[in-house]
Amino acid sequence: MIGGFIIVITLIYLFRLFTLQVADSKYKEYADSNAFLRKAVYPSRGIIYDRDGRLVVYNQPAYDVMVIPRDVKDFDTLDFCRAVNLTPDELRKRFADMRDKRRNPGYSSYSPQRLLTHLKAEEYGRLQEKLYRFPGFYIQKRILREYNYKAAANVLGNVREVAQKDIDKDDYYKPGDYIGDIGVEHTYESYLRGVKGAEVLMRDALGRIQGRYEEGALDRDAVAGKNIKLSLNIELQQYAESLMVNKKGAVVAIEPETGEILCLVSSPTYDPSLLVGRESGAKDNNMMAALDKPLFNRAIQATYPPGSTFKPTQGLILLEEGIITTGTLFPCSHGFISGGLRVGCHGHGSPLPLKPALQTSCNAYFCWGFKAMIDKKSKYGSAAKAFDIWKHHMISMGYGYKLGIDLPGEYRGFLPNVEFYNKRYGDGHWSANTVISIAIGQGEILATPLQIANLAATIGNRGHYITPHVVKEIQDTVVPAEYLERHTPTIASGWYNEIAEGMRMAVTGGTCRLANLPDIEVCGKTGTAQNPHGKDHSAFMGFAPYHNPKIAIAVYVENAGFGATFGVPIGSLVMEKYLKGSIAPERKYIEERMLASNTIQFAGTKKH
Amino acid sequence: MFKSSVFSDKNTSVFKYVDWFTIGLYIVLVLAGMVSIYAASYDFDHANMLSFSEFSGKQFRWIGLSLMLGLVILLIDVRVYENYAYIIYVSLLFLLLVTIFVAPDIKGSHSWLVLGPVSLQPAEFGKFATALCLAKLFSGYNFVLNASKKNYMKALMIIFLPIILILAQNETGSALVYMSLFFVLYREGMSGLILLAALCAVLFFVVEVKFTDTLLLGIPMGQAVVFMLIMLLIVAMLSIYCKQFEATRNVLLWFVGTGIIVGALSLLGVPVPGTAYFVGAIAVAIIYCLLLLLKTRARHLLITIGAAVASLIFVFSVDIVFTSVLQPHQQQRIRVALGIEEDLRGAGYNVNQSKIAIGSGGFMGKGFLNGTQTKLKYVPEQHTDFIFCTIGEEEGFVGSAAVLLLFLILILRVISLAERQPTVFGRVYAYCVASYFIFHLCINIGMVIGLCPVIGIPLPFFSYGGSSLWGFTFLLFILLRIDASRREHSF
Repeated sequence: MIGGFIIVITLIYLFRLFTLQVADSKYKEYADSNAFLRKAVYPSRGIIYDRDGRLVVYNQPAYDVMVIPRDVKDFDTLDFCRAVNLTPDELRKRFADMRDKRRNPGYSSYSPQRLLTHLKAEEYGRLQEKLYRFPGFYIQKRILREYNYKAAANVLGNVREVAQKDIDKDDYYKPGDYIGDIGVEHTYESYLRGVKGAEVLMRDALGRIQGRYEEGALDRDAVAGKNIKLSLNIELQQYAESLMVNKKGAVVAIEPETGEILCLVSSPTYDPSLLVGRESGAKDNNMMAALDKPLFNRAIQATYPPGSTFKPTQGLILLEEGIITTGTLFPCSHGFISGGLRVGCHGHGSPLPLKPALQTSCNAYFCWGFKAMIDKKSKYGSAAKAFDIWKHHMISMGYGYKLGIDLPGEYRGFLPNVEFYNKRYGDGHWSANTVISIAIGQGEILATPLQIANLAATIGNRGHYITPHVVKEIQDTVVPAEYLERHTPTIASGWYNEIAEGMRMAVTGGTCRLANLPDIEVCGKTGTAQNPHGKDHSAFMGFAPYHNPKIAIAVYVENAGFGATFGVPIGSLVMEKYLKGSIAPERKYIEERMLASNTIQFAGTKKH
Repeated sequence: MFKSSVFSDKNTSVFKYVDWFTIGLYIVLVLAGMVSIYAASYDFDHANMLSFSEFSGKQFRWIGLSLMLGLVILLIDVRVYENYAYIIYVSLLFLLLVTIFVAPDIKGSHSWLVLGPVSLQPAEFGKFATALCLAKLFSGYNFVLNASKKNYMKALMIIFLPIILILAQNETGSALVYMSLFFVLYREGMSGLILLAALCAVLFFVVEVKFTDTLLLGIPMGQAVVFMLIMLLIVAMLSIYCKQFEATRNVLLWFVGTGIIVGALSLLGVPVPGTAYFVGAIAVAIIYCLLLLLKTRARHLLITIGAAVASLIFVFSVDIVFTSVLQPHQQQRIRVALGIEEDLRGAGYNVNQSKIAIGSGGFMGKGFLNGTQTKLKYVPEQHTDFIFCTIGEEEGFVGSAAVLLLFLILILRVISLAERQPTVFGRVYAYCVASYFIFHLCINIGMVIGLCPVIGIPLPFFSYGGSSLWGFTFLLFILLRIDASRREHSF
C-alpha cells in the first residue's frame, strides 16, 4: 500500500516533469528572456514647439551609472563617492536598494543594474575619467527634457521614470523607462515617446556577452518620437504668467475660430525644469506638499462660482425661450426684492432692458428673468420642467461636463439638476426664488476657467465652439478629429449679437472700462464671484475684436475682490499683447500695477 | 586483532550479507548529488570540483566522511542499536532542546549548532534516533498498537516530542518530516481511514483554496474539482473498502451518466447550477448507500456514508471560513504560505524561477554546466533546497526522470527490506526510513515543480549540507546493519 502510494506519486511527478519540460514551450521562452540580454536602445523624444515654431522643449543627454555586481572588484569607495557627489552611506544605501529583490525584482548579480540615475554633466565628466579604476561600472546615456522657457509647466507636463503601475498597464514599458506625466507629455505620450529599439545579445551560462544574436537579425532600430506643435503662444503664456505672479488663479485664452488655446495659465506655477533630474523626486514631493499647490492646474481643475460672467448665458437662454425680448424691461431697486428675498445690486438706471443690464451687470434683471422662466407654469407646467430645459441649454454651452481638452485631469464643474433640488428642498417644494442665486452664477453653480473662456469663444463665434485644445500639429499625422468638430449650442445664432453688443457696452461704458483698448473693439463681462472660503474672486470674460474675434479670454484671480480690479486689467493686457504685440504707452501703468500687485498676502486674512 | 565488545565479531558475515544493491544505489545518488552541487554552484572564476573552497569540494569531504561513517555503522554490533535506542533518543531530544538556546539566529531559525568550523543541524540526526526509538517501542514484548489507547499515546509521544522541539527552533519544514511516521503507524495496525481522512482534508483544502480564479459550472473550479474528488472517494470506498461491487457500478454509472449530461448541457450553453448538481448527485448516492445499509447492515457502508457527509461539510466550512471569516489579507497570507498565490516578487519568485529553469531544460537538457537559469543565479537556494532545478535544466527530462526513478527504486528497495525483516524492530525501523524518504522526495521535488507548497526541506543526498547527508547515511546504514544480521534470528 505504501509502495503503491509512492509509485502513484512518482508517476504524477513524471507526468508533471514531462509537461513542464517537453510538452510546454512556455517556460523555454521565459528562460530565453532570462538568457538573452535585450539591451534597449532609447529613441529621442519628440520635440515640442509653440504655435509660431519657437522651440519650447527639447532633449539633453543624461547619464545613468550601471553596474554588473558580479564584476565589481574592491574599489576606492571614497574616490567613487567624490566623483558622483554622494556620501559613502548614501552609496551603500543605493547598493542595498539595488540588491533588494522587492524593490528591484529583476536583480541578478550577472546582469547590468541601474545604480545611479541622472548624473550631472560635471559628475559624468569626473566619473568617466576615473571609470577604468572601477571595474564592473559603466555609464549609460539617457535622454532628459530641457526647457527653453520657464513657462507653461502645467501644459507641458514632465517626464518621469515609470512606476510599477505603468508597467502593469502597458507592457511597452520596462523598469527604468521614462513616461510622460501630466500635461501634453502625458496626453501625447504615444506620439512623443517614439519606439524603443533593441539589441539582442546572447549570454552564456556564465553571464558573459557572446555577441549579437544571429548577427543582429532581431535587432531593431529606435524610432524617434514625433514632434509636436502646440497651439500655445509661448511668449503670450510667459507674459500672462508674469501678470499672475503673486496671485492665485487662472488665465485661459482661446482662438475662437479654431478652439486653439493661446495661453493656459495656472498660478502659482513652477519652472518645468525643476521636475527633471536626480532630485526631481524630492522636489516633486515638496511641490505636492506646498500650500499653494502649484501642480494643481487651476485653469482646468479649479471650479469657481462663475459669478456675473454667467449672465450672458442667462440672457441667451431667456431670449431663446422667448421669456424676454431685447426690449423687455425689468426694475432694479438696488437689488432684486421678491417675497422677502433680496439680492443686492448697485446704483444704475431702472427699469432697464437686456443690453444695459449686461453693461451694468445688473443682478436684479437676471433674477427677474430667471424667475419669469422658472415660474412660468403656463409654458412649462412646473418649476422642475422649466429648470430641466434651462439646464439642457447650459449643458449645450459646455457647462456641467468636461469639455474634453487634451490635457489630463480636467474637472467638469457643477450644474445642479432637478433631483438635486428635490432632495434638498423636497419634491415640488422649490421655485425660482428658492434657487435664485444661480441666476447670477452663484449658489451651487461651479465652472472651470476653461469653460468660461469657451463661453467667450462661443459668443465671439456667434453660436458655436470647437473643443479647446493645446496641440496644433503632430508630425506626420493629424490632430484628433474631435478638435476640428464644431459644437453648436441650443441657442439660435441670432441672439448672440445682442449679448455681444451688451458686452461691448460693458467695455465702452460699463464695468469693463479698463479693457477699452484704443483701436480694438473689445467685448467683456466682469465677474465678482462670492465664495464661502474668503474674499470674492475677481473674474473677467471677453473677446476681441467685436467682429471676427481673434482671442477669447477668461481670467480668474482668487480672493482679489471686484472683477474690475484684477480680472479686467489682466484680461485686457493679455488681449492687447496678443493682438498688438505690445502694450500702448498710456496703458503701461496698468501693466506695472498688475506686475507689482500681490493678492496672495491678503488671501489668508479672512476667516474661512 | 583489536576487538571491542561493541564491534561485531561476525564482521565477515556483515559484508557477506549486507545489501550491496542498496549501497550501490547510495553511492550513485551521493556522487550524482556532488556533481549537481558542483554544477549548481559552478563559478567560472575558480572552477575546481574538488577544491575545498567550493561547495562541491566541501560536499566531497562530507561524502568521504559519510562512507567512513557508514563503514563504522556496519561494524558496530547490531544489538547496540536496539539496546541503546532509548538512550540515543533521549540524548538527541536533549541536544534538540539545547540547540534552541545556544544556536545563533540564521534567517530566524535556531537550528544550527556551531562547533568551530562545522555547523550541524541536530534535527537531521533526530530522524534516525526517533526511528530507533519507535522501533524499540513496537518491538516490546506483546506490544500491539491497537491493544490500548496507552500504546497509541506512547507512539504519538515519541513522534511529537521532536516535532515540538524542532518547531521551537523555527524549522517548520524539518518538523513536518516527522509526521511521515504516521505511515509506520498505519503499517503497524493504525486504521487506514485516519490516513485517508488526513490526506483528503489536506487535498480538499489545498485544491479548494488554490483554484478560485476560474469558474466551472458557475462555481469556483477548485470547489468543483473537490466535489469530483468526493465522488471519486465514494466510488473508491465502495469498491475497495466495502467490496460492494454492484453498488460501485451503479454509483459510478450514476455519476458518469449525470456528469456527461451536465457537461453536454453546459457545452451547449445551458446554465447548470454547479453546487446544486454536485450536492444533488452526491446526496442521491448517499441515499442509495443508506438504503443498501438498511438491507445489508454492513458497517463499512456506514463509514463510507459518514466520509461522504463529512467531506461535504468540510468543503462548505472551508468555503465559509476562508471567504467570510478571514480578512482578505489573511487569505492572501495563507495562499502565499501555501505557495498558492503567484506572488512573483515575494515567495512565489522562487517557484516561478525554478519552474522556468526546469521547463527550459527540454527533453535532453542544456548540457552539463550550460544551464543559463541556474548559472545566472535566477534560482535561489539552488545548491540546497532547489538543487533539482539544476538537474532539470542541464540534464533535461531524461536526467530528472532518472533521478526520480532512482529514488523510487531506493524507496521500494527499503520497503522490500522492511518486509523481509524477521523482527518487529527491524521492520518498524525500515518503514521509518522509507517514510522519511517518501516525505522528503514528495515535498522537495513537488515544491520545485510547483505541485507542493514551498516547505524548505532538502533533497536527500543531493542538497548541499553535511548534516542532511550524515543524517540520511545514519538512517540507511543502520538499516543495512540490521538487515545484514537478519539471518542471526532465523537460525
